[in-house]
Amino acid sequence: MKVVVDMNKCQDHGQCVFAAPDVFSMDEDGRLLYVPDPDDALRDEVEEAADLCPLQAIRIED
Amino acid sequence: MGAGIVVAGASMGGLRAAEQLRAAGWTGRITVVGDEPHMPYNRPPLSKEVLAGRAPFASLAFTPKASAADVEWRLGARIVASRLAERNVSLDDGSVLPYDGLVVATGMRPRRLGCPGPLTGRHTVRTIDDAQGLRDELTRPGARVVVVGAGFIGCEVAATAVALGVAEVTVVDPLPLPMVGPLGELLGRALLKRHEERGVRFALGTGVAGFAGEDRVTGVVLSDGTVLEADVVVESVGSVANTEWLDGNGLDLSDGVLTDGLLRVGGRPEVVAVGDVARFPNARYDGVPRRVEHWSIPADTAKHAARTLVGTEQAPFAPLPTFWSDQHEFRLQSFGAPALGKDDVRILSGDPEGDVLVGYHTGGRLVGVVALGGHAAATGAARYRAQLLKQPALTA
Ligand SMILES: Cc1cc2nc3c(=O)[nH]c(=O)nc-3n(C[C@H](O)[C@H](O)[C@H](O)COP(=O)(O)OP(=O)(O)OC[C@H]3O[C@@H](n4cnc5c(N)ncnc54)[C@H](O)[C@@H]3O)c2cc1C
Ligand code: SF4
Repeated sequence: MKVVVDMNKCQDHGQCVFAAPDVFSMDEDGRLLYVPDPDDALRDEVEEAADLCPLQAIRIED
Repeated sequence: MGAGIVVAGASMGGLRAAEQLRAAGWTGRITVVGDEPHMPYNRPPLSKEVLAGRAPFASLAFTPKASAADVEWRLGARIVASRLAERNVSLDDGSVLPYDGLVVATGMRPRRLGCPGPLTGRHTVRTIDDAQGLRDELTRPGARVVVVGAGFIGCEVAATAVALGVAEVTVVDPLPLPMVGPLGELLGRALLKRHEERGVRFALGTGVAGFAGEDRVTGVVLSDGTVLEADVVVESVGSVANTEWLDGNGLDLSDGVLTDGLLRVGGRPEVVAVGDVARFPNARYDGVPRRVEHWSIPADTAKHAARTLVGTEQAPFAPLPTFWSDQHEFRLQSFGAPALGKDDVRILSGDPEGDVLVGYHTGGRLVGVVALGGHAAATGAARYRAQLLKQPALTA
């Protein structure tokens, strides 16, 4: 699975981190880090994260 | 194929309901009816990035999931009546739509001030057209702006207007502090100070008696008779539920549509409500039904309501409410139900002048946390989120 976060949109809300902690995390300064090619087993989590992102910045590209 | 499920309202709640019905295993027909001409779009940017001119409309549209590709969208169509006993709704074009299941997702509309005066020049912010219309007026040179209502939307609009270069922005509210209803005095005071430092003026502790002007508004008349000159007025004085189409079915529509803990309406297993319009008991707290106008609620309610409709057994609804608000360069981030703990407010870290994290308690127990400031404050709040999630129900 391919995950793309539009970093122009992302405002570091961190909602994605709650939904999919294996894929999204925050660095020390509160900036988003993410795994661009997570395992397919994490699809439900990542979809949940995409739903919860207030800026709708997360795209899943199969 | 049967009549299928009709979703009333084509915004975030309606879209998420359709997607979650597919996720819950519903393979039958789904028809979403909405009176706006647009596909569902994200509203929070309307008072922030859209007003500031930083987000074009295309950037707001939700991308429906592939599973919802066969959903039928009837946009620009308004539901005018319903007969729940006969399982059908009527549209404004005279057609009648039968259903096997119904999702109520018609949301809210802005409350308007009933006091006398001209209408032109007075705005609300709920739809993309509202936001674009307001932006056109805010960007006219020399515009003087009065915002009526110091809640979240009012304060966001005031902050955005200042950032756009509007020289005179005044917020009016009968309460003594901004956002004091949901957040209490400590943060109300901190927010007042931050807004004033950035050029927003306030007329607090006073209501609005009327609007001055002939064809177009030229001022706002306060309860004490003072007139604030204004070219643009924004009314952000709360919202009214879009439930008129449900009249005549014996439902409790006194504040949104009342549901049970499974989000069922009127005790009917085939009718559920989602989003802003749903007044649901939250098993996490005291079980008193309330509407929750937070962005996180449409997705949470849609998931639960979809399972209820397809008959999957489940526990009563117990979401952790979450909201944020961006004003000037700072963010408010809330987890839980601060309004339930306003009588026992403690600073958990930081101080109100800078980044601050505030805890709200009832009976000595933490029920909500709100961060105000930059990233550090929000990250601090996130740490308490896990604690809030683990707590047993308030009634337990
Ligand atoms: C300007 C603004 C800023 C916001 N900012 C934030 C924020 O920063 N943080 C946060 O947590 N939340 C915020 N919110 C709240 C959040 O956007 C709402 O909670 C969310 O939009 C609710 O979605 P909904 O689908 O339940 O209702 P709505 O979005 O209100 O959708 C209801 C839809 O149903 C349609 N409809 C109504 N009646 C009928 C009918 N009879 N027939 C057909 N269609 C009908 C309506 O036109 C509308 O399209 C903000 C809201 C606004 C307006
Ligand atoms: S939820 Fe969205 S805005 Fe927030 S950090 Fe994740 S991608 Fe960025």
